[in-house]
Amino acid sequence: MLEGILIGLQTALSLQNLLVVIGGCLIGTFIGMLPGLGPMSIIAIMIPVAITMGDPSAALILLAGVYYGAIFGGSTSSILLNAPGVAGTVASSFDGYPMARSGKAGKALTIAAISSFAGGTIGAILLVIFAPMLSSVALLFHSAEYFALMIVGLSAIAAFAGPGQVIKALLMTVLGLIMATVGEGALFNLPRFTMGIMDLQSGFGFITLAMAMFALPEAVFLVLKPKNLGDDGGEIKDLRITGAEARAIAPVIGRQSVQGFFIGVLPGAGATIASFLGYAVERNIAPKAEQAEFGKGSVKGLAAPETANNAACTGSFVPLLTLGIPGSGTTAILLGALIALNVTPGPRLMVDEPQIFWAVIMSMFIGNLVLLILNLPLIPYIAKLLAIPRNYLIPFILFFTLMGAYIGQNNATELLILVGFGICGIALKFANYPLPPLLIGFILGGMMEDNFSRSMQLYGGVRFIWERPMTLVLLLIAVALIVLPILQAQRARRVAERAEKN
Amino acid sequence: MTTMKLGRRALIATAVATLGLGTPAFAEGHQVVDSIHFLIPGGAGGGWDGTARGVGEALTESGLVGSASYENMSGGGSGTAIGYLIENADSNHGTLMVNSTPIVIRSLTGVFPHNFRDLTLVSGVIGDYAALVVPADSDVDTMEEFLAVYDEDPAGTPIGGGSVPGGMDHLVAAMVMEASGRDALDVNYIAYDAGGTAMAALLSGEIKALSTGLSEAVDLANQGEVKIIGITAEERVDAAPEAQTMMEQGIDTSFVNWRGFFGAPGLPDDKIATYQDALAKMYETEEWEEVRARNGWVNIHNSGDDFLTFLEEQEQTIGDLMRKLGFL
Repeated sequence: MLEGILIGLQTALSLQNLLVVIGGCLIGTFIGMLPGLGPMSIIAIMIPVAITMGDPSAALILLAGVYYGAIFGGSTSSILLNAPGVAGTVASSFDGYPMARSGKAGKALTIAAISSFAGGTIGAILLVIFAPMLSSVALLFHSAEYFALMIVGLSAIAAFAGPGQVIKALLMTVLGLIMATVGEGALFNLPRFTMGIMDLQSGFGFITLAMAMFALPEAVFLVLKPKNLGDDGGEIKDLRITGAEARAIAPVIGRQSVQGFFIGVLPGAGATIASFLGYAVERNIAPKAEQAEFGKGSVKGLAAPETANNAACTGSFVPLLTLGIPGSGTTAILLGALIALNVTPGPRLMVDEPQIFWAVIMSMFIGNLVLLILNLPLIPYIAKLLAIPRNYLIPFILFFTLMGAYIGQNNATELLILVGFGICGIALKFANYPLPPLLIGFILGGMMEDNFSRSMQLYGGVRFIWERPMTLVLLLIAVALIVLPILQAQRARRVAERAEKN
Repeated sequence: MTTMKLGRRALIATAVATLGLGTPAFAEGHQVVDSIHFLIPGGAGGGWDGTARGVGEALTESGLVGSASYENMSGGGSGTAIGYLIENADSNHGTLMVNSTPIVIRSLTGVFPHNFRDLTLVSGVIGDYAALVVPADSDVDTMEEFLAVYDEDPAGTPIGGGSVPGGMDHLVAAMVMEASGRDALDVNYIAYDAGGTAMAALLSGEIKALSTGLSEAVDLANQGEVKIIGITAEERVDAAPEAQTMMEQGIDTSFVNWRGFFGAPGLPDDKIATYQDALAKMYETEEWEEVRARNGWVNIHNSGDDFLTFLEEQEQTIGDLMRKLGFL
């Protein structure tokens, strides 16, 4: 493992990759600050750039840098404008914006930067420890276990969907699964649902779909529904924090790094859930006097989500790098990019391509350091970029989206598919349907079908479900993930009914 | 007999003959063609892409060709690019499309409306033999021992590969088992979407043997993860001198996955001749040797009519096998 870490460091510290990680973090921070464009769109837009670089390590380092840069940058607009750039930083505005309103904007940004740095770095240390462990277990997995793992991933989507969104999330997942059946599957050399169209023979392009479901709708939403920005939180003056504040946030950072990381590892949960959960947990365990401070500018209330969302970003790389299964929409897009680069993520990645595996992990340490250096002294200047008018920005986004879909395949049909699905994506977004489940369903669908049919062929039927204990355990977890929230909701309803009767 | 005739010596003879045909005015190291536009039917980074760009690099850097340009046109497993080349034949006299064994397989299954005969055959340039491998810690060392395990329980001895059922890896496994006197229909072939996942399955014990390309097998064997129990070359290869051929183990079969270039239909004869001349001369250059060694390719040169004969023989063998397996 030490050897791997050294290879990774060597790769990550090459001049090219250093520039790539700095560039990725800068772009991520910048676009992440702009309200409305989430990390998925930013990564989708950057994929063609990454693919043209040709080197898989550099490409993944760039995209990972963009990812945590976006989460970092999102907190700046949360704090200064009360307009979170990304969903994962919504919780940061609860206490960050009140701090800024009371003239402590600089202090808030410093706490955010330090918490993010600590969350990301501690997360990366946990990744170094846990990813090889999981990888070595995963080497024993057969297709049956992979099938069961993907079922767990899909069930988790429903379990972690927001209130009132469960059915919608399930519908979107099924739609994704259906779309995955178009084209020739890996196991059947017969085209399905292609309607005789040659360009559909290899199925829908993943990058095209990601652009259509995220970049296009989000760009159009910026035009159609310009968000009302909050008042400017005030001038950024003093960036310093006091010793007492540092002592207050230190234990919060410690707890939330670990909790955020493990939430990120879970399939279906990501930075957003980690940040809300982190905020809630810290408020509940705080002493009574401090609890009242939450929501009015508590330093703990800002440090908790900022640490948790960055740790969760890092955690979400665990299933991607060790199992080749995306746990979130963002890692689904990263998986698509890796496949386009001819890299198969999974337990073999660490053995076959240690330079990619370790370079990505090592670049996270560098990236977090870059972001800390970048964000602390430069924040007042970067924040000025928020003033760039949208009428310049949106055409650029649309241009990169369309160009990106074309460059990957050099096939104009992709553009028609992009626009067609883009319109569907906009309609679904208007109707408030969550789009990440669709993408996860789409990417897991093909893999799930392949693993299921392989297991069927190996065992001459579905015997593998009870003959392989690991598969059975995983499938039972999946059932629990679906059933428990339903039971909980029922019990809550019964309690409420009883309360009404009384 | 399920032999895919290779006739190495005949090929070398052809190569020499083609060289001789080259117009005397073009001395060694001089430019033969002004420019070539390479049409790549798949995305960037794949095998076709690497072949076209590698050949283009050797041709331009050695000065045989003035300049090379590349165009990736993916879709329909090369069906889109073939259709494009046929529909726009007149304006594509400067274009060479790269392709490989799957064009034969997919023409047979009728996945595309066209066939390699609808194009102008220019030249086969490189190839890769196939190999059967088992995990390094397996008790099996030779085909004979593997067949003994297989005979006990054919369905419980699954063989995997990185191609669809009826694709190349499956056909190689079926061909080998058929030539050893077993029924190709009994082979429990498990398909994986990529070589990497198939390899993971071999090491996890899900499959007992893996059918793969020789260059990939050699890489894995050098890493100490697998043992090569048989290769489909007619003679042992330099890259893996200790790997036994199928033939020397009494299994009378050979197979090579070729990669080569095609032109638009109706390409004028003088054009064909200059392209073939440039490709034939390429084998003599240091630039090509560097590209070839870097990628671990085997020179398998088949020009013009030899290319046609080779493809027709391969079509015959593969067609027979696919009919037997029920894919046709």
